[in-house]
Amino acid sequence: MPDSALPRPEIQFATIAQQGDTAELGIWAFLINETIFFGALIFTYFLYRNFYPHEFAVAAKDTVLWCGTLNFLILITSSLTMVLSINAAAQGERKAMILWLVITCALGFAFLLVKGYEYYLDFLHKSVPIVAYEIKPGEGNAGILFWAFYWVATGLHAIHLMAGIGLVLYMLLWRIRRGLITPAYYAPLEVVGIYWSFVDVVWLFLFPCIYLVGRS
Amino acid sequence: MSVTTVERASADEPPETEPSYLTAENTISSWLLTRDHKRIALLFFASITFFFFVGGMAATLMRLNLATPEGLLQPSVYNRMFTMHGIIMVWFFLIPSIPTTFGNFFIPLMIGARDLAFPRVNLGSWYVFNLSGLVVLYSLVMGGADTGWTFYTPLSTSFANGYVFAAAMAVFINGFSSIMTSLNFVVTIHRLRAPGMTWMRLPLFVWGIYSVSVVMLTATPVLTMDTFLLAVERFVGTGLFDPAHGGDVLLWQHMFWFYSHPAVYIMILPAMGVISEIIPCYARRPIFGYAGMVIALMAIAILSFFVWAHHMFVAGISIYSAVFFSLMTFFVAVPSAIKVFNWTVSLHKGSISFDAPMLYALGFVLLFTVGGVTGLMLATLPVDVDVHGTYFVIAHFHYIMVGATVSAYFAALHYWWPKITGRYYPEGWARFSAILTYVGFNFTFFPQFILGYLGMARRSYTYPADWQSWNLLSSAGASILAVAYALPLLYLGWSLIWGRKAGPNPWRATGLEWAIASPPPEHNFERTPTVTLEPYSYDPEHGSFVTQEGRSHAR
Repeated sequence: MPDSALPRPEIQFATIAQQGDTAELGIWAFLINETIFFGALIFTYFLYRNFYPHEFAVAAKDTVLWCGTLNFLILITSSLTMVLSINAAAQGERKAMILWLVITCALGFAFLLVKGYEYYLDFLHKSVPIVAYEIKPGEGNAGILFWAFYWVATGLHAIHLMAGIGLVLYMLLWRIRRGLITPAYYAPLEVVGIYWSFVDVVWLFLFPCIYLVGRS
Repeated sequence: MSVTTVERASADEPPETEPSYLTAENTISSWLLTRDHKRIALLFFASITFFFFVGGMAATLMRLNLATPEGLLQPSVYNRMFTMHGIIMVWFFLIPSIPTTFGNFFIPLMIGARDLAFPRVNLGSWYVFNLSGLVVLYSLVMGGADTGWTFYTPLSTSFANGYVFAAAMAVFINGFSSIMTSLNFVVTIHRLRAPGMTWMRLPLFVWGIYSVSVVMLTATPVLTMDTFLLAVERFVGTGLFDPAHGGDVLLWQHMFWFYSHPAVYIMILPAMGVISEIIPCYARRPIFGYAGMVIALMAIAILSFFVWAHHMFVAGISIYSAVFFSLMTFFVAVPSAIKVFNWTVSLHKGSISFDAPMLYALGFVLLFTVGGVTGLMLATLPVDVDVHGTYFVIAHFHYIMVGATVSAYFAALHYWWPKITGRYYPEGWARFSAILTYVGFNFTFFPQFILGYLGMARRSYTYPADWQSWNLLSSAGASILAVAYALPLLYLGWSLIWGRKAGPNPWRATGLEWAIASPPPEHNFERTPTVTLEPYSYDPEHGSFVTQEGRSHAR
């Protein structure tokens, strides 16, 4: 694989290194924005949880703990495989890079599969506001607020994860296939990796909020 | 060609080996798929000019309605008019106004870069903006929303009948455009500055755009989440803002103003940047207190996040938080006042010429001061309780958002017109419309201070007959203002074809953008410039100046 030849930077950059740096700063700036986006939602959740601790605890007990935990493990693992792929890219081990990326992508799909099954269980359990909802004993009027948060938060997270999978596939099917990711310039893959890890971190916050708090 | 000619050409103006950005390619797709920041700036210019006149038409109907106490429109139509006026003017003109046009065009030129960091994101931002524009036009054409631009719950979620969902979605989508543009500016200013262009050598316009981009990047996601939850609530009604389900109606207001108060600074910070470029250039002396100006810009940007609840003093928040937010609002006046003082002192012993950009800029300083001082009155709790929700508030924020920001927008348009188009605008007409803007604006909005103090409620389609003379005065002023805003469209359009050709540096200014041809070549700089000086090295006594690249020019 020809990795000695540096790609030409785009017109606005002096060197390819500057282009890579700029892309990474771009994704970090974007993640500041994303953090505040999810932060506003989690703030809303804690505000209401503070208003109705009992109702929220009752409603939260109906979430499917094993699905959430399994997904937690899947995503944590996918962050590891993502980093291994970037590491392989830096070392110039093309096969390892592709292998780890494929595993990352597969873990992403696995998450969505488990999440979809969990949604199905929620539906059976009548925990989908408006579509199929039943007020369970003890959760009162405010229980539906928990479920509104649950659907908005997991839904937005799933959309972000799908975007991540799309980016990984773009790397695999376009950039890597055309030999554009080399040890000399693998910033695009790193950008995707940073975004991927962010999506994991969001789950790191959502998981205890949804499944663990008040369960004991 | 002899050697001397080449040398002379490179000393005064760079050799034109590259065609200008306007003539480089002329197919429709070369415009619609362009990655050139200068062309994208013009695309944005077309879009926001369109929305400026749509929002202006809504305002025209409102002022026609208020000319008589009985009114002209049906009350429900009037509600929709002021709502759509607010939504369109705030999100489709004022917030994108200076950043997407002059920011886009001049940030790379002023820092010595060949483009923004992410040209495709920049183009994408324009498409997202137009998508949100289509959605808001859909909402308008179908009958409009009637909640006011603030979408207060539970009116917007449970009671309003208009196309609130579409209007909220338009604001939601519009946020992505803001985020894309501001992210691009932040990264560009961090990474693409020319050698020697240190942070403390950046022109203040770049600092203005930098501070506003930081605010946009960090405040917009809260509004995005807020409107998303509003849409969920209106669509499926889970009770997120509905007291019947234990939801908190004030939560909407908190999240809305957490964005929308910084949004006021989103509108004013770039305007402050523009004025800081123009005043030194037309007073021919360095800006007074450059470092103070930079610190003031960033202080306003940061403090803007801690004042939002001053919109909610009568909404039922605790008195302790009201006192806190009142105090913080006083604090934000300090850096704002520093800027006004510095602009004023910058004129001292200057060699001032009253060209159109300068007239607009001086109008800005005066109107911003009136808007700022009345803002302090509103920050005072007892006064706010008295005049909250009256025309006093309307007049106050129009002095900032229209008097100041739109004046700065027109100042920038005239100041950079020769650079953008390569033609001079007709100076006489431009001075005339600058003065007309100032006169028309004060006739329109000063009576509203009096009406508000007398107790006229905002958003009301009718009023007691006693107040008609003030309202009539305001409506008459609005018609003058309409002429003042329409005039530039005519004479600037005229100048595109018949205007006198402008050289690279018609105003004898110091920034890097004036070192290249007018209109600029496609990729801006033949070679990357090296910066050796801070901006604004003007000398009022000798009429000389030194550019940021270190080239001195005698009178």
